[in-house]
Amino acid sequence: MIVNLADVKPGSKVKVARIRGGLGIRQRLSCLGIHPGDFLRVQASGIMQGPILVSIHGNKIALGRGVASNVLVEVD
Amino acid sequence: MRIALVGQPNCGKSTIFNSVAGYKAITSNFPGKTVTYTVSKMTFQGKTSEIVDLPGTYSLTSFDLAELEARKYLLREKIDVVINVIDASLLGRGLELTLQLLELNLPTVICLNMIDEAEGKGIIIEDSELSRILGVPVVRTIALKGQGLDQLFKTVLEMGSNPIFGKHLTFSKDVEQEIQELKEQLEDNNFSKKFNVPLRFLAIKLLENDQYFIGEVRKKNFEFIKMVKAGQQKLEECRARTSDVVISSERHHLSMDIYETVVTITKPRMELKSYLDNIFMHPVLGYISLIAILYLFFNFVFYLGNLLEEPLLGFFYQFLPLIEEKLGHNLLLFNIVSGIIQGIAGGIAIVLPYLFPFLLGLAFLEDVGYLPRIAFLMDTFLHRIGLHGKAIIPLILGYGCTVPAVMATRILESERDRLIASILTTMIPCAARITIIFGLVAFYLGPKAALFVYILNIIVVAISGKILSQMMPEITPGMIMEIPSYHIPSPKVLLAKVWLRMKEFIVIAWPLLIIGSIALSLLKYWKLEYFINELISPVTLLLGLPIAVGVTLIFGILRKELSMIMLVQALGVTDISLVMNAAQIMTFTIFVLFYVPCAATIAVLIREIGGEKTVFTVLFTFLIALILATATRLVYYVFL
Repeated sequence: MIVNLADVKPGSKVKVARIRGGLGIRQRLSCLGIHPGDFLRVQASGIMQGPILVSIHGNKIALGRGVASNVLVEVD
Repeated sequence: MRIALVGQPNCGKSTIFNSVAGYKAITSNFPGKTVTYTVSKMTFQGKTSEIVDLPGTYSLTSFDLAELEARKYLLREKIDVVINVIDASLLGRGLELTLQLLELNLPTVICLNMIDEAEGKGIIIEDSELSRILGVPVVRTIALKGQGLDQLFKTVLEMGSNPIFGKHLTFSKDVEQEIQELKEQLEDNNFSKKFNVPLRFLAIKLLENDQYFIGEVRKKNFEFIKMVKAGQQKLEECRARTSDVVISSERHHLSMDIYETVVTITKPRMELKSYLDNIFMHPVLGYISLIAILYLFFNFVFYLGNLLEEPLLGFFYQFLPLIEEKLGHNLLLFNIVSGIIQGIAGGIAIVLPYLFPFLLGLAFLEDVGYLPRIAFLMDTFLHRIGLHGKAIIPLILGYGCTVPAVMATRILESERDRLIASILTTMIPCAARITIIFGLVAFYLGPKAALFVYILNIIVVAISGKILSQMMPEITPGMIMEIPSYHIPSPKVLLAKVWLRMKEFIVIAWPLLIIGSIALSLLKYWKLEYFINELISPVTLLLGLPIAVGVTLIFGILRKELSMIMLVQALGVTDISLVMNAAQIMTFTIFVLFYVPCAATIAVLIREIGGEKTVFTVLFTFLIALILATATRLVYYVFL
C-alpha cells in the first residue's frame, strides 16, 4: 500500500516509492541519500504537526511535515 | 600551492583546516555552519602552501548560498590539490560528491575522516580497495584527535609535485551513451573554450537539469538548449523518470556499489549516544529536556558571572577616589584618566564575567550537536510564524553575536525566509546585550527579572515573526535537515573557539569602550553631552528615564555594551540603583534590547539583505523598542 511518509507510524520500516514535487525537493532529498527504492525507518514524529525523523543509510534526517507528505512510501 | 578542502557538510573540513592553520574557522557540530570560505597559509615539512576551507556541499548541484559559494570557488579558482573529506560513517553518501569531484579532473586526495565514528557504527572500510577503484590516494584520519593528519598532508604535498587524476566511473550503458553524445555536441559547438570545466562534467550537469549551467549555456548559445532538452528527453523516455532523477539514481547506485565492495559491516558498538535521541528528540521528553538544558545554561552564566562581577568592579572603582584626590575634580586630565579606568573596568568587570561563561556554554552545545535537535523540536512552532526549524540555528547563534548569526541565515533556502530570520536575529539579545540584562537587571532586580526579560524577548520575536510573515506571505519550503551524531567536544577546541569569539570583543569592542568612555568624559567636561541629551529627550521623557541616559543610547548603536557601561559614567554613580528605580532599569533594558542593531550588524545586513531592507529593519526594531519600553513604563506605573 502506498501512503505518504507523514502518516507512517514511528518505528516502521518503509520503502520510498516516489517523491512528489519539483526539482528542488527531489534534488535536496537525493543529496541526503533519499532515493526511490531506498528503505528508511521512521524514528519519531513530532507532536502538533511537527517534523518527522527518519533514519536512512545509517544517518538521521529531519523532514518537515510538508516535505514528508510529498514522500510516498510503500508499507505492508 | 593551493589546497582546497571539499566535502559534504559536517564532515570535518574546518577541523582539519584549523589543525594546520590555527583556530581560524569556527567549527560546530551542525551541517552548514561554514557559510563562506576561509583562506590561510600553512607550513608543512618546511613547505608553505595556501589552504582553503570551503563551505560543505552535498553535491555539485547547488541550492543554498553556502553550497553555491563552494562550487563557484571550485570552478573558478586555480586549485592544485583537492582534499575531498568524507565522513567515513556516511561513506555511501559521501561518494556521490566524490564521483562528481573526480569529473572535474583535479588532483584529488580522499580523506576518510571520523574513522572511529564509522567503526563504532560497525563500518569497516578497506581503504586500499577504495583507492584502487577511484584511482586516487585515500588517507584515514580522526581530525578531532589529530590522527592521520601528517600522513594526509604528506600525501597532499606529493600529489602537488606529482599530480594523480582519478578515474571517471561509468554509468549504465544507455545513460553513458547520452552523456557521450551530448559531450560530442558540446565539443562540436566549441564549448571547451567557453567553459573552463571538463565537457563530460558539463554534459552530465546539463542532463541533470542543473539550473546554473543551463542558464550559462543559454547565454552563450541559445540554440544549443534544444540539444540539451532532446538529450534529457531521451533519458526520460528510456527510464520513465525525469532526467535529474535518472542521473542522481545512477550516481547513487554507483556509490552504493563501491560502498558494498569496500565495506565490511560488523556488529555496531553499543554506545550511550545512540540512545540519547530517544530522550532529546522525544515528542514530550524532548521539550522537557530542552527547557531543563536552557535553564541550567542560564543559571551557569548567571552564577559564574555574578561571582566575578562584584569583586572586579570593587577593585577598579577603589582607584577613582584616589585619583580624584591626586588630580582634583575639575581637571581635564582627571576626566580623561577616569574615562580610561571606567572603560577598562567596564570591559573586565561587566562584560567578560558574563561573556566567558556564555560563550563557553554556547560552544559546548554547538560542538556536542544539540542545535539541530533544537531545530527539530522547534520546527512546529516556527511553522506557526511562517519559518521552518532550521531558522532556529541563526536565532540561537544570535545569542552569541548578531553578525555571524545574520550570515548563518544562509542555511535557509528561500530569500524571504532569510530576510525574516535576519530581522528576527537582530532582536535576539547578543552577548553584548546579555551583559546588559545580567549586569543591570539580574544584578539589581534579581535573576527572576532577567529570566522574565528573556521570555518576553522570545514572545516578542515570535509575534514579530508572525507579523513579518503576514507582510510577506509565501509558503516556506519546509525543513530538510541532517541530524548529525553527537560528538564529545574536545576541551582544547572549545577554548580555542571561545577565545576566537572573545578576541573579537577584546580587540575591537574594548578599545571602542575605552575611547567611548574618554569621549563621554570630554563631552561632560565641555558640557556638550547636554545637547545630545536634549536631542534624545523626546525618547527619554516618553520612557521616563533620566535625561542623562540619552547619550548612552547613541553610543549603544556603536556597540551595545557601551549603553550599559557608559550608563554608570553618564549618571556619575557606581551604584545605578541610587539614581534609577526598578521601573527605569527595566524600561531602559527593554529599550536597549530591541532598538536599532549595532553598527557592525547594520553593515552585515546591508550585505546580506540590501540597503532598503536594512533601513526597514532599523525602523521596525526602533518602533518595537519604543512600544515595548513605553508599555513597560506603564505596567510598572499601574501595577507595581
